[in-house]
Amino acid sequence: MLRLELRGEMSQPMVYLSPIFAVILTFIAGIIMFTFLGVDPVKAIITFFITPLNSLDGLAELFVKATPLVLIAVGLSFGFQANIWNIGAEGQLTIGALAGGGVALLFFNVDTPFLMPAMLVSGVLGGMAWAAIPAILKTKCGTNEILTSLMLTYVGLLVLSYLIHGPWKDPDGQNFPESRLFHDAALIPIILDETRLHLGWIIALFGVAVAWVIMTRHMIGFQIRVIGLAPMAARFAGFKEKHIIWMTLMISGGAAGLAGTIEVSGPVGQIIPVISPGYGFTAIIVAFLGRLHPVGCLFAGLLMALTYLGGDNAQIEMNLPNAVTGVFQGMLLFFLLACDVLVRYRFRIGSLTKATGGANL
Amino acid sequence: MGDWLVPALLTIITASTPLVFAAVGEVVVEKSGVLNLGIEGMMIVGAISAFAVGVTTGSATLAIFAGAIGGAAVAFIFGFLTLNLLANQVAAGLALTIFGLGFSALLGHGFVGKTFPGLPKLEIPIISEIPFIGPLLFGHDILVYGSVIIVISTTYMLNKTRVGLLIRAVGENHDAAHSIGYSVNKIRMACVLFGGAMAGLGGAYLSLAYTPLWVEGMTSGRGWIALALVVFASWKAWRAFLGAYLFGGITIIQLHAQGFGVEIAPEFLSMLPYLATIVVLVLISRDSSRAKLNAPACLGRSFHEAG
Amino acid sequence: MISKKIILGALLSAVMAVGATVGQAADKRTKVGFVYVGPIGDHGWSYQHNVGRLAVNNAFGDKVKTTYVESVPEGADAARVITKLARSGHKLIFTTSFGYMNPTLKVAKRFPKVKFEHATGFKRSKNLATYSARFYEGRHVAGLIAGKMTKSNVIGYVASFPIPEVIRGINATFLAARSVNPKVKIKIIWVSTWFDPGKEADAAKALIAQGADVIMQHTDSPAPLQQAQKNKVWAVGQASNMAAFGPKAQLTAIIDDWNAYYIQRTKAMLDGTWKSQDVWGGFKSGMVKMAPYNKAIPANVVAMAEKAKEGIFNGTVHPFTGPIKDQKGKIRVPAGKTADDGMLAGMNFYVEGIDATMPK
Repeated sequence: MLRLELRGEMSQPMVYLSPIFAVILTFIAGIIMFTFLGVDPVKAIITFFITPLNSLDGLAELFVKATPLVLIAVGLSFGFQANIWNIGAEGQLTIGALAGGGVALLFFNVDTPFLMPAMLVSGVLGGMAWAAIPAILKTKCGTNEILTSLMLTYVGLLVLSYLIHGPWKDPDGQNFPESRLFHDAALIPIILDETRLHLGWIIALFGVAVAWVIMTRHMIGFQIRVIGLAPMAARFAGFKEKHIIWMTLMISGGAAGLAGTIEVSGPVGQIIPVISPGYGFTAIIVAFLGRLHPVGCLFAGLLMALTYLGGDNAQIEMNLPNAVTGVFQGMLLFFLLACDVLVRYRFRIGSLTKATGGANL
Repeated sequence: MGDWLVPALLTIITASTPLVFAAVGEVVVEKSGVLNLGIEGMMIVGAISAFAVGVTTGSATLAIFAGAIGGAAVAFIFGFLTLNLLANQVAAGLALTIFGLGFSALLGHGFVGKTFPGLPKLEIPIISEIPFIGPLLFGHDILVYGSVIIVISTTYMLNKTRVGLLIRAVGENHDAAHSIGYSVNKIRMACVLFGGAMAGLGGAYLSLAYTPLWVEGMTSGRGWIALALVVFASWKAWRAFLGAYLFGGITIIQLHAQGFGVEIAPEFLSMLPYLATIVVLVLISRDSSRAKLNAPACLGRSFHEAG
Repeated sequence: MISKKIILGALLSAVMAVGATVGQAADKRTKVGFVYVGPIGDHGWSYQHNVGRLAVNNAFGDKVKTTYVESVPEGADAARVITKLARSGHKLIFTTSFGYMNPTLKVAKRFPKVKFEHATGFKRSKNLATYSARFYEGRHVAGLIAGKMTKSNVIGYVASFPIPEVIRGINATFLAARSVNPKVKIKIIWVSTWFDPGKEADAAKALIAQGADVIMQHTDSPAPLQQAQKNKVWAVGQASNMAAFGPKAQLTAIIDDWNAYYIQRTKAMLDGTWKSQDVWGGFKSGMVKMAPYNKAIPANVVAMAEKAKEGIFNGTVHPFTGPIKDQKGKIRVPAGKTADDGMLAGMNFYVEGIDATMPK
């Protein structure tokens, strides 16, 4: 019988090979699915994974789409390592976008190079403020953050809806629900002409680097990992749990808020009723696909972004309904997650007797 | 005034029932130590399975079963990934939601615009006609009564039976449960399938009774609310029931308040169910610091059976 | 993941090179693209636009190939999808939701040779036209029927968001209903969503419980109509003929019909006569239609509705004919005048007599 056996340590080759296995398996399953649907499978897979990247514009779009996913996922991975379950990044993104975009609307006619940095800072603070509510409730009252952060997401979206249908409506916009278009000083600079690639992508890369340093080189990163792996030991070592709760929620909330501000001041350019198509939720998958490692989040974010671009492409070039994209995306994720098992475990035939404990998240 | 009260209370029952099913199912899943964030995905697959079978066969009974089976079928994918292949539960659950939304849309392609007559009502002559109590207690469809029965039996099962003990044991300490000879992953798989079937029933209630029709994405985030209600309930089935009725109740009350001309921006009224759930949970968890201890200790941790 | 990219990239770019040379040769059809905000399975707004797209397919056969992208979020993604359509050789692109206005404008600037059409917006350029429908004409007819059919004198309205389009519909309904029934009242519930069948049904139920016996809706799903059927009250369908969901309840439905417009604009593009314009079509252009009237409506009411429809068609009836006062009693449209399009497009007040406060 086929069994899983725990490896002594993480398999380095498998860290890189398992995603390849996953993609190959997805291709095979995709070929079966597309054939079943009566679609040319090879063309479908090329349309999904290759055509989106065959132009400079395509690459730029990939980075634009990946920017919020990577930023949020990197932020979330701190909390997830410490078993702090912030699943309300979507709400923090929204409030961050409102805080950052609000600065742009408040200083609508002020043309100063300080405006953009002020917006970004305000966005981070906005996201942090929204994440502070679960943090306070968890540290003061012991309220579970899964519930509070999730419920606050819906509240955040309704705050956005209220502002955009009311006070922040464009005065010259015929009462339609959108803010004024930000003027140039409030728009994040484009870094590649003729595309939409903006400075936000560089900020995201910078975020990955900073997170990597904090996680591997800094005391906080160490404490977070210990708390996640061995909470008792952490308490024994005198790490303050409340401190970590605050720290991780502020990092993830701030990152989500930053991502929100970058969205409204970048590709969107104004505040609109739908700022994010669920980046805050998708980023949770990205964080785990990236194995809660900043560099992993970067690649996972790019891969996830690619599937969205591929989905557009499949609709445009092959007339495949959006539903097929969802199914295909789901399959890819299933295979990626399934193949990850090979990093820590190997398949063995026959039975073994050595007992070991559960694997961690 | 009284004219609207009974219909309003009936609406609350309808609004809460899908949440009850999904939340109670997830309570059992999480009690066994598995965190499945894919409730939305299982619900919507349940909704289309039930609707498709209902429309095709014309049988409400078959439709209800199909809903449960559809939910359980996609839950099996999740169970296989997380239990057998030890994939990360949080990510697999979210992937299940993406998959389920797409898959249901694909299945439902030919069913947009079709109708289903709804579920038959259980009327009891004379008693159903007692004012106020009659319509509130009688005249519902089978799934409404089913949701109450599920809550009672799940509560009993978790607390008073050996099966419940096993579930709690693998959720609290899977190593210990394993070492005294229980098959952790088999028990967990059973719970995952149960959770899937319940989410599927919640979805079936939506597409067969609540709004008997099929449109893509018709669960509209109810799976997420159910997830939050499990936490609200601190992993107790009967409290999940109360949570669902609290959430459903405030949703309906705010709609009625608008009809009566309450002058508050509708967005703020729409926030009420979410805020109320937070506030009530905070009040409860303040009272007893033990509340958080109800979280199963092994929640979200996969178990590798090396033997 | 790095190695994966390299290997697969090398492998598949070879395949792609072959595929590209083989695949591209044959297709000479002119491409027309559509961008939808919802899934085509929503049985509402996007569904009706897709019906229009299929009409284009039928009308032009081998000459035109249509493409659609569904469920495109109104944020950053919209511009990407529209750009992609423009880049992949589509000559005419319809973007069918208000939120696509600025993205469409941006992309239209970048692709001056491609023609764009944006539904419900107000920004135009040389290669960007706008189009919308005067659904309020349909609301007027529905309002007349509702005013006559209600026994409780309460019309219930399930509303989505307080934008001019929705406010205009509420006002048109109320003015028409009041004109035939001075006792009529309107109750409005905002559900803060375009699409959530459950919540729409809940709102309809709340309205019925509070005495409404005609349900109107400005949300996308047939759920409110179903509730009306269940509770034996009347309702007016939205976007498409929803009679299947409530054959007894549906008085009529206000149908969005984009078929003729899409065919006409595609033809103009093919002929080279396409020009940027602003079309706001109603009964006359066929963009707005009424579904068959319910058999239960008395003949004189049907005659009245038909007469109003004809009047609007001929231009002798305007749903917003003065004197129209707002809730504060201020005259917005003087007696003998009709509301101009600018005012209609930006409408943000309730007319006098509506007993509710507009959400701000």
